Amino acid sequence: MSLLSLRDVHVHFNTAQGTVRAVNGVSLDLAVGETLGLVGESGCGKSTLGKAIMKLVPIAGGEVIIDGVDIAPLDRRQLALMRRKVQMIFQDPYGSLNPRSTVGRSVAQPLQIAGWTAEATVERVETLLRWVGLPVDAKQRYPHEFSGGQRQRIGIARALALSPKLIICDEPVSALDVSVRAQVINLLEDLKSQFGVSYLFISHDLSVVEHIADRVAVMYLGLLVEAGGRDQIWRNPQHPYTKALLAAAPIANPRLARARQRTVLQGELPSPLDPPTGCPFHSRCPIAQDRCKIDKPLLRPVGAGTLAAWHFV
Amino acid sequence: MALALEVKGLSTTLFTRRGEMKAVDGLSLSVAAGETVALVGESGCGKSLSALSIMRLLPDPPARIVGGEVRLNGRDLMPMPEEALLDIRGKEIGMIFQDPMSSLNPVATVATQIVEVLRSHTDMGRAAARARALELLELVGMPDAPRRLDEYPHRLSGGMCQRVMIAMAIACNPSVLIADEPTTALDVTVQAQVLALLKKLQADSGMAMIFITHDLGVVAETADRVVVMYAGRKVEEAGVDALFETPLHPYTAGLIGATPIPGAERAARLADIPGMVPALNALPPGCAFADRCPKVMDRCRQEIPLLTQPALGRLVACFAAETA
Repeated sequence: MSLLSLRDVHVHFNTAQGTVRAVNGVSLDLAVGETLGLVGESGCGKSTLGKAIMKLVPIAGGEVIIDGVDIAPLDRRQLALMRRKVQMIFQDPYGSLNPRSTVGRSVAQPLQIAGWTAEATVERVETLLRWVGLPVDAKQRYPHEFSGGQRQRIGIARALALSPKLIICDEPVSALDVSVRAQVINLLEDLKSQFGVSYLFISHDLSVVEHIADRVAVMYLGLLVEAGGRDQIWRNPQHPYTKALLAAAPIANPRLARARQRTVLQGELPSPLDPPTGCPFHSRCPIAQDRCKIDKPLLRPVGAGTLAAWHFV
Repeated sequence: MALALEVKGLSTTLFTRRGEMKAVDGLSLSVAAGETVALVGESGCGKSLSALSIMRLLPDPPARIVGGEVRLNGRDLMPMPEEALLDIRGKEIGMIFQDPMSSLNPVATVATQIVEVLRSHTDMGRAAARARALELLELVGMPDAPRRLDEYPHRLSGGMCQRVMIAMAIACNPSVLIADEPTTALDVTVQAQVLALLKKLQADSGMAMIFITHDLGVVAETADRVVVMYAGRKVEEAGVDALFETPLHPYTAGLIGATPIPGAERAARLADIPGMVPALNALPPGCAFADRCPKVMDRCRQEIPLLTQPALGRLVACFAAETA
C-alpha cells in the first residue's frame, strides 16, 4: 500500500508578474519503507512539492493522501494529528532551530504539543539524542554551539520524536562538508533500517540520490518528467532531460569521467512565469520535433516499471 | 613546460581576538601553462585564503601574509607595491568566484564592467573596448550577447553572471586563472556548461588554471594535478588518476570513500570520517588529522609530519604512509 499518494497536485503562487505554477499537476506514490529520491534543478518545484505534502504551502488542486487520508481539506486541528505521521528536515539546520531555545527544548517541543508528560518527554529526548549520535548533555546547550553536521542531527532527532512514518528530507546534506555529509547519510540509512521510516529525499545532488534512493522521480518546471527504479533511471533513462541531467553530473572518478560520452545541455531553465507550450523541455531538448512545441506529453508507463512523459518511447 | 605560477612556503596568519590562526601554513604549489591544478579540501582548510593570499587580496588586519613567495611568470608578487599589483591583477592573473551575483557591480551594466577592465589594462579606446566586450561575451557563450551588453546583473541568471565574470577574467589573456568554487552555486546542467567553457578557453589560450573546489566530482572532471589541504597545510599532492586510484593520505582516502560514485557498485555504507575539522586556533601539537585518522600512531600526536616524496610526482605528509 502507498504511504503517500499524490494525485494531480497543483501549487500556484501569485506574484506581481503573474502566476507561477510551481507544481503543475504531479502524481506520485511512495511505498512503506521506501526512499524516493526527488531530483531536478532550481525552480523545478521539488521543494515546493515537499512543502505541499506538509501543507506548508496552499494546495491549489489535487489530493495529497497520507496513509489513506487526503490532507488537502483538513483543518488545523486535524492537520496537527496528520503531521505526527510526516515530518520534515531542512537544508539549513541552523535556520530551522530556534537560536534562543536549548536543543532539549527544541527536540521536546513536538512531544509537548502531542501531550506527553514531562517525565516521558525527558526520557524520550535523551533516547532521541542517543539515536542520532549526540551526547546527552547536548540538551542543555544552544544551537550555535554545534557544527553544521551536529545541527542536522538535532533536526533529525526532532523529526523522529513522534515516530513518523515518513520524513521529507529537503536537501538535508547540501550545506555539509563531504566527510560530514557521509556521516549524515549513513545516519539516515541506519534510522531507516532500525525504524522502517520512509524518506522523500529531495536533492539536486544526483550522486547522493543514487546512493540513498530506491526509486527516483525527476521534475522539470513543475512537472514530473520521469519516475522509476533507481537502477532503471541510471542505466536506462528514457526522457531526454533525465539523460541530460545524468550526463551533466560530475563523476568522482577521473577515468570514468573521461570515458563517458557527454553532451552538454545548451541553454538555461525557462522562466516559470512563462513556461514553453507543449513539452516544457522542448526549448532545450537536443532532439525536439515540431510536435513537442504543441503537444504536452503525458506521464505513461514505458516498461520496467518506469514512467516517462515523452512522446517518442 | 614553463611554470606560470610558483608558490613557495606561503603562510598567512589571521590575527583575531581569539588568537592567531595559521590559516595557510607553508603552502607550496606550481602550475604550468595549460595545466589545471585543483586545490581541494573542506570548509576552513585554507583553500580560498590561499587563493586570496596569492592575489594579495586579503584585508590586513586581520590577515597577514607572514612568509613565502608567489612567483608569477618568474616575478615575486609578495614584495611588490600595491600600484604594481593593480596592474597585474586582471591582466596577468585573473580570478573568478563562487557567487557571481555578488561579485559583479549591481549598478553598472555588463558592458561598463568589461570595458572598465579593458580600459584600465590596455590603451583601448571606448568604442574598441565595447566591441571587444561583445566579442568576449560571445566567446564565453553568452546567449543573445548583443542584447545582454546593456543589461544590469540582476537581469541575468547565475550562469550568465558567471559567464560575465569569466569574460572579465580572461579579457586581457591572463597567463593564470584562479577559479574559486566557480560552479558551486550553479545548477548541474549549467555547471557542466561552465566547466566545458573553462576547458575550451584553456585549450585555446594555454592559460594555467588553479581550480578550488570541495567537490571531488568536479576535481575528477577538470584537474590534471590535485593538491589536498587540511587545516591550512598541504597533506597530499598527486596526478589526478594516481590520487583517485591510490590515495596515500588517510584524509584523501576518507574524502574519496565518502563521495558516492553514480554507476559504480553501490556500497552498503559510505566511508565516513568520524569527528570534524579542528578549529584553527586549537590545533593539536602533532598531525591535525590525528583525532579522525584510522591509522593514527603515537608519533602522530607529537610531531607534525612533513611532506615526503614516496614516488615521482607525489607528495604526502603522513607518518603512516611513510611506513606503509
